[in-house]
Amino acid sequence: MKQNDVLIRGEHLTKVFGYGKQKTTAVEDVSFAFHEGEIISIVGESGSGKTTLAKMIMGLLKESSGSIEYMGKPRQLKRHGDRKRYWKNIQAIFQDPFSSFNLFYKVEKLLLDCIKLQGVNLTKEEQLRKMKEACSFVNLKFEELHNKYPFELSGGQMQRLMIARIFMLHPKLLIADEPTSMVDACSRSTILDMLLKLRDENNMTIIFITHDVGLAYYVSDTLYIMEQGKVVERGPAEEVILNPQHPYTQQLISDVPKIHSEWDLA
Amino acid sequence: MNSSFRILIKSPKFMFGACMLLAMIGLILIYPLFNRNDPLEMIALAYQPPDSKLLLGSDNFGRDLFLELIYGIRTSLQVGLIAGVFATVIGLVIGLASGYIGGMIDNLLTAITNIFIVIPSFVILILISVSIDSRSSFVTAVIIGITSWPWTARAVRAQTSSLRNRDHVNIAKISGYSTPRIILSEILPYIASYVVMAFVLQTASGILSEASISMLGLGPYNTISLGIIMNWALVFEAPVAGAWWAFIPAAISIAIITFSLYMMNTGMDEIFNPKIRS
Ligand SMILES: Nc1ncnc2c1ncn2[C@@H]1O[C@H](COP(=O)(O)OP(=O)(O)O)[C@@H](O)[C@H]1O
Ligand SMILES: [Mg+2]
Repeated sequence: MKQNDVLIRGEHLTKVFGYGKQKTTAVEDVSFAFHEGEIISIVGESGSGKTTLAKMIMGLLKESSGSIEYMGKPRQLKRHGDRKRYWKNIQAIFQDPFSSFNLFYKVEKLLLDCIKLQGVNLTKEEQLRKMKEACSFVNLKFEELHNKYPFELSGGQMQRLMIARIFMLHPKLLIADEPTSMVDACSRSTILDMLLKLRDENNMTIIFITHDVGLAYYVSDTLYIMEQGKVVERGPAEEVILNPQHPYTQQLISDVPKIHSEWDLA
Repeated sequence: MNSSFRILIKSPKFMFGACMLLAMIGLILIYPLFNRNDPLEMIALAYQPPDSKLLLGSDNFGRDLFLELIYGIRTSLQVGLIAGVFATVIGLVIGLASGYIGGMIDNLLTAITNIFIVIPSFVILILISVSIDSRSSFVTAVIIGITSWPWTARAVRAQTSSLRNRDHVNIAKISGYSTPRIILSEILPYIASYVVMAFVLQTASGILSEASISMLGLGPYNTISLGIIMNWALVFEAPVAGAWWAFIPAAISIAIITFSLYMMNTGMDEIFNPKIRS
């Protein structure tokens, strides 16, 4: 995996919110290199700056300092056109599926927007076929859903629709911010399997954000452990889990029961 | 939007206010069709008490007060609506810009808004009214509108800046939406019910402001409004003459209109706010 080209590289990224007394450094001096087809997990407890880092990578938050290189060139996001091109290849699933949907539009619109973003001209039938295909990839029935409003869906259905959206866009890089936080244990493994299937089919790079070291170990090649905005440990998943160097990593691992025994994900 | 309207019809408070207002509007639209007289025509002696011919008696010039009242309500409603539209549009634009763009522009616009909030708008209203020579009812309405937007701006800013960080806005961004489109489809629908409520309140307070400055003799020229009727009653000492019909009906009309608008607002508040909160 590591022999592949570096897709995106961050150097000394820092994000500071507010100023004066309310100043919080959410992300501090984080550097990374993510390769094509690699699955990376960013692990840390809530408030450690994972979402903030993800939004900087997405270009939704401006970094306070540091820089991001995409495909070997400094990233350009000044103009709307630049951003649109960037988001064709870099996509995300956000933490809270309930707030990811606009309550005023039907589910269908989310998927139609994906077709529009790709800028291809399709006939009505082709559009319909694509949306059906995406829904069946995540085990949903397009016929039952397309006319519904988001508040008529369950959390798991919302989360799976977000994955269907990624399936339609097949980006180079996917950032999945705690994609299983709002679903029950049963849907959890299904969702993880869908993400892994996306990687296998499209050689997608996946950044998987979680507070659960167990899940991270199960899905990823590389682990980044974050504590209070800093990356305290990084490396191949096996190495980090079996031989943790930093006390925070050791504590995270010891908090998980049965880390060395068989995984029971169901 | 359609469904919100259907829920609204079920609210007794909203319907009560709306029916009262519609009855009033019906009256001012229909009555002049039957009584085609000029409201400024002198047709009787001064301060004649109400009788079967003059429903609300006559004023100091011997004019038909009921007819004047009808035209007065019409002007007052127009002034209130125009003031409401101006206040709401200005407040909406400033609040959206401030809340959505954030940063320096937010700081600047918030500062301006706060300045307008701390200066009593009634003082500005009087100062502008005094300094403008030719005031039509439209000009008066615009002046009222541009002195009363800050509360709307402040509330819209607060809601917009919290909506801006929600993930559906982020999804819209990474789906390639332009900023105007995001504001139109991801922000406005969420604050629409609030903006309509603010508009109703601004209209009510616009009617009250017009009545207040007209009472002081600073209202529009060449027209009849509820405030102007009361101003005439005051200037020509109707209370001293015991001519209660020269000012009580106008005062009650103002009360009924603003009360019905407040009822509509309360009804909407009860329906929309739990929906926004959940
Ligand atoms: N928009 C914001 N304004 C101010 N502080 C923020 C903002 N977003 C996040 N933070 C702060 O940054 C820190 C990291 O938050 P976050 O990145 O959401 O962590 P995580 O996703 O790991 O739970 C927290 O202390 C949070 O309060
Ligand atoms: Mg988070």
